[in-house]
Amino acid sequence: MVHGEAWTIKELFVYPNEYIYWSIQIVMYPFMTGLVAGAFVLSSLYHVFGVKQLKEIARFSLVFSLALLPVAMLPLLLHLQQPQRGIYVMMTPHFTSAIAAFGIVFTTYGMIVISEIWFVYRRFIVETVLELRSKQRRGNVESAQFFLYSLLAMGAMDLSPEAIHKDERAVGILAGIGIPVACFLHGYAGFIFGSVKANALWMTPLMPVIFICSAVVSGVALCIVTYIIAMEIRKQISAWKRKNDPRLPSNEELRSAEIQTVTLTSKYLLMFMVLAITLELLDLIFRNYTAVKSWDILRSVIYEKDFFKIFVLQYGFGNVLPFIIFLLPGLTIRRALVGSLLVLMGVFMMRWNVVIGGQAFSASFSGFMEYRLPIWPNSLETLKEGLFGALAVIITPFVLFFLVTRVLPVFGVKDTH
Amino acid sequence: MMNRRDFCKKTMIVAGGLVIPLAALEVFNPKRLLAEKSGSDDKSNVRWVFLVDIHKCVGCGFCVKACKVENEVPYDANVTRTWVERYVVTKDGQTAIDSPRGAKDGFTTQKIDQGHLGDKEIDPASIAKAFFVPKLCNQCDNPACVQVCPVGATYQTGDGIVLVDRSWCIGCGYCVMGCPYGVRFFHPVYHVAEKCNFCYHRITKGMKPACVDACPFGARKIGNIRDPEDPVSRIITSEQVNVLKEEFGTKPQVFYLGLSREVK
Repeated sequence: MVHGEAWTIKELFVYPNEYIYWSIQIVMYPFMTGLVAGAFVLSSLYHVFGVKQLKEIARFSLVFSLALLPVAMLPLLLHLQQPQRGIYVMMTPHFTSAIAAFGIVFTTYGMIVISEIWFVYRRFIVETVLELRSKQRRGNVESAQFFLYSLLAMGAMDLSPEAIHKDERAVGILAGIGIPVACFLHGYAGFIFGSVKANALWMTPLMPVIFICSAVVSGVALCIVTYIIAMEIRKQISAWKRKNDPRLPSNEELRSAEIQTVTLTSKYLLMFMVLAITLELLDLIFRNYTAVKSWDILRSVIYEKDFFKIFVLQYGFGNVLPFIIFLLPGLTIRRALVGSLLVLMGVFMMRWNVVIGGQAFSASFSGFMEYRLPIWPNSLETLKEGLFGALAVIITPFVLFFLVTRVLPVFGVKDTH
Repeated sequence: MMNRRDFCKKTMIVAGGLVIPLAALEVFNPKRLLAEKSGSDDKSNVRWVFLVDIHKCVGCGFCVKACKVENEVPYDANVTRTWVERYVVTKDGQTAIDSPRGAKDGFTTQKIDQGHLGDKEIDPASIAKAFFVPKLCNQCDNPACVQVCPVGATYQTGDGIVLVDRSWCIGCGYCVMGCPYGVRFFHPVYHVAEKCNFCYHRITKGMKPACVDACPFGARKIGNIRDPEDPVSRIITSEQVNVLKEEFGTKPQVFYLGLSREVK
């Protein structure tokens, strides 16, 4: 079977070689890089612009963006027909192609995130090393920890106020450089689509900007969701621990800190959401008004074929409803959670409607293609580019986040900054 | 204070550190590579072009069949390097188009294939005009597919043909997306991008492309636009020819005689 044939249904006249070649993993790719960029921008609000109330979630989202980082690449590898040759993009980049910059942008960004985390956690790492070193006897686990943290400290054991101050400055500078790089990482994912002149739906100079705005929206929303879940777990653990040690913060104290952070973060979420929706609607209105050659087929895709996906799921449930949820007075944790989950769904649907929607019509403008997501895999192809492949991509960052936080805890740490 | 030994050491490290990533960034230029290997370059006196005479095509599909066999694209796979489209324009101005399986077996029924909507019957009395349009790679002068390939696995030769390096293609599909004509697809066996190359292995040895040889009516012709005496280039320069989708700025090099405005 030809690649794409398994999930493409053709209607009316479609060129014989046309299939939905860019499937679910290419929906996941901008969605995941968007989360990376958004999480990083959120953490930079504190580190660069000094929004103090975001201190708690800043470190959290920074570590989360590290966990998401390898996952931005995963969908691309799952999508490639020759994944073993993926490295060629870095070995022989062909710079007239938007994809060729991926390796450079991605590694630059990765190095910034990793070094920023190192500076943020240096004090914690050094203190852990010193604490473990002072112990007379170390068990197996402690020895391993000692080794690991000594390695992570990379010999920089100075904890003098000057050294700490230097760390702080480094974090500020890295976060500052990181914002444009994160925006570039994602804006350029938008460019990959926006520059395809053969595709009437994709080709718009607004695409990179729309992608950046919705990236920040989704990244912030995911941080809120994960933060709330992590706090819930923390509350459970602390309630259990308080039985032995009443000095620990009570659940009420934790909750009030939590709702403060969530309320403030959701304000930033709404701000970027207004920006994203404005640009998306501008694009739609402009297409409607200018009504060039491709508009006939685009209109039938947007207003008929994909109406439910665009206007009900993306704009209705993904934008309008969370807007109401966040703006109604007296925001609660539960409402914020529901709102953020809806926002995430909305952004995912936006990616879907761009990537799959852009292939919903033939380049002949005389026919349509419908995408059927493969559920049960019956081949490697339908496994990789099906429901299970997508789920693997969604689950991986949470697993990585769990593993990273075993080494670099995000809560209750005296950090450098 | 840094002593001379330290200074030299550090300079070496910095210089070395800079050289390694810069060396990795040397831009891969397939055109130059090919020129070095074969000696052909931009100044070559050959530029392949194709001429399709729509008036002569009857939709037999021999070209598609010949192409699939010649170029080892599995016969039953629903992809093809070249195909034939059928246009049926009725008196009410409606246009029905189809190309069942690329027309590899020709058009065996008068019904129009509408994909999953099934077949559409058209009353012969209502037909205003009907014709067949063979399609193949346009070997554009400004190929979008070459521009978007992230690894330079697809490139244009000095004589204008766009080729794919099967050993270097990563299979991202960007070129497939970038082509406005839908001529690219993934090869079902090699799993890399695949396209028509005017049978480059034949034309460079003085033979004609398989589809041109297979066409019983002379609807397909290949020529060299840089040769003023070439019969094909004489038609292109002196008669009313047209190309497909000029608005994309790709400068297609497959010319059509008798191209109607309904053709997509």
